[in-house]
Amino acid sequence: MSDLNFIEMSAVEIAAGVRSGEFSAVEVVTAHLDQIDKHEGDVRSFVTQMGERALDGAKAVDERRSRGEELGALAGVPVALKDNMAYRGVETTCSSKILKGWIPPYTATVIERLEAAGAIAIGKTNLDEFAMGSSTENSAFFSTRNPIDLNRVPGGSSGGSAASVAARFAPIAIGSDTGGSIRQPASLCGVVGVKPTYGLVSRYGLIAFASSLDQIGPFARSVDDASLVLDVISGHDGRDSTSLAERSYSHQPIDNDVKGLRVGVITEMLDGLSSDVENALNLAIDALRALGAQVEEVSVPAAKFGLTAYYLIAPAEASSNLARFDGVRYGVRVEGKDMNETYELTRGQGFGPEVKRRIMLGTYALSAGYYDALYGKAQKVRTLIANDFDNAYDRFDVLISATSPTVAFEFNAKSDPLSMYMSDVCTIPSNLAGHPAMSVPFAGGEGGLPIGIQVLAPSFGEGVMFKVASALEAAANYKAIPEWDNKGK
Amino acid sequence: MSNDDISIETTRHIAYLARLALDEGEVNQYAGQLSAILKHADDIASLDLDGVAPMRHTLNVVNIMRDDEVRPSLDREEVLASAPDAQASMFLVPKIVGEE
Repeated sequence: MSDLNFIEMSAVEIAAGVRSGEFSAVEVVTAHLDQIDKHEGDVRSFVTQMGERALDGAKAVDERRSRGEELGALAGVPVALKDNMAYRGVETTCSSKILKGWIPPYTATVIERLEAAGAIAIGKTNLDEFAMGSSTENSAFFSTRNPIDLNRVPGGSSGGSAASVAARFAPIAIGSDTGGSIRQPASLCGVVGVKPTYGLVSRYGLIAFASSLDQIGPFARSVDDASLVLDVISGHDGRDSTSLAERSYSHQPIDNDVKGLRVGVITEMLDGLSSDVENALNLAIDALRALGAQVEEVSVPAAKFGLTAYYLIAPAEASSNLARFDGVRYGVRVEGKDMNETYELTRGQGFGPEVKRRIMLGTYALSAGYYDALYGKAQKVRTLIANDFDNAYDRFDVLISATSPTVAFEFNAKSDPLSMYMSDVCTIPSNLAGHPAMSVPFAGGEGGLPIGIQVLAPSFGEGVMFKVASALEAAANYKAIPEWDNKGK
Repeated sequence: MSNDDISIETTRHIAYLARLALDEGEVNQYAGQLSAILKHADDIASLDLDGVAPMRHTLNVVNIMRDDEVRPSLDREEVLASAPDAQASMFLVPKIVGEE
């Protein structure tokens, strides 16, 4: 057994070591499973652990190496998977009672691609039920805790994935982002989180929330790792009709020279930030200027209507997507006196409060007499937002903002739905426009809690987005450390 | 246009359309919360959006057609294994048609 500290290694380092034979995939996976054994009881990031399967997978990778076979870009790298992505033979719940016990008969394309590259799935992570929420408190099973401060939420909805990377349970994880569900928990847990351009990553096997907004993306502890994972999971898939043909992302060593780059600071996203977050954003602006970037404020006027448009469009699409959970083909059934009552009881008892609230809201927004005034108008606002972003990108290469208005908050701090919805005010506009955006950890705020900076780019602008994020990462004098490693220091 | 409060009656109707069995407490709660959330829609209700096209897709892409070729589908037994009730290769549901 080597004395290497596998749990602090990047995915790039792990894959290089496994491929060269410096260490084995079994050693890597065992170290991460030990870390899970030690701290999962406190963090609770997994709905389902896949320890045995992961060890088998690691053995298979090592055997392939001993046979002299070519290993992939993520050979032996443990990966945590948000539990709204189907994995054949492994329970997939969406953290909902209505899907409890569902064993998918197929596997999501992203998972197939990760495994083909040699990655080892170590567990299915907790989320806000059906990805609806910003704290993971809406999970029907339990809340996940933020590894940096166990008394705080990890954010959401991909809170379990963000927490698993921050806790060193895996160097990388996969989440989905409909209105900020990758970037906001990444910011709150002090890790990197990426929402790619709409259509760049296949969603086959992702349980749909709002189909015109959902996109799968990576979590990692470095920008470089996130870029590598996006390379592996991106590219056309004939099984997803929204997957773009002839488009994929290619990972390259990131040149983080931002000299001469034009960086816009979104004016509409400066309001309502807590003072520590505002301070961190100013430090990020100073850092980019010091590196030679031209940083100026820029207005994206319609962005201020993003939250409203989103809370009409996303629930409307969800009310339609979630109609499939009817107690007939999968999941739980609560039998009534006839089919109609069976639907109503199954859904009434199977869905939690936030999911029911959004189905109600979406059904209302689509109902006769309100469609034009609510859903129709929101879709027009979406066009305005995309146009305003286009105007901004005429003058700027990338835009930046805070990812979240505050650091991680305490449990039960946002019991009013509207105050929870405000958590995503800076992240939602990118989903509405279909653009890529990511969060990179930059500074410690109140109580040393992580603060992420959001880098936004136009469609297919992942290259320049990673460049600027990498510059911020290098300039940041901050690393999020789990609570248990911070004690006694 | 301004969004008025959503009545208890409307809330019940929406719950029926969505096939959600709600108890009285939930109906009252959702009526209030939906009203509060929709009040925020007032900020876009007052926007002049004449001449603005609703977004259909974020990119100007067209459908991609593939050749229609025979391929294996999901394994039937494996699919049915996750159903609440199944019989003879079919999903079993409660009676749909009322007795005459």
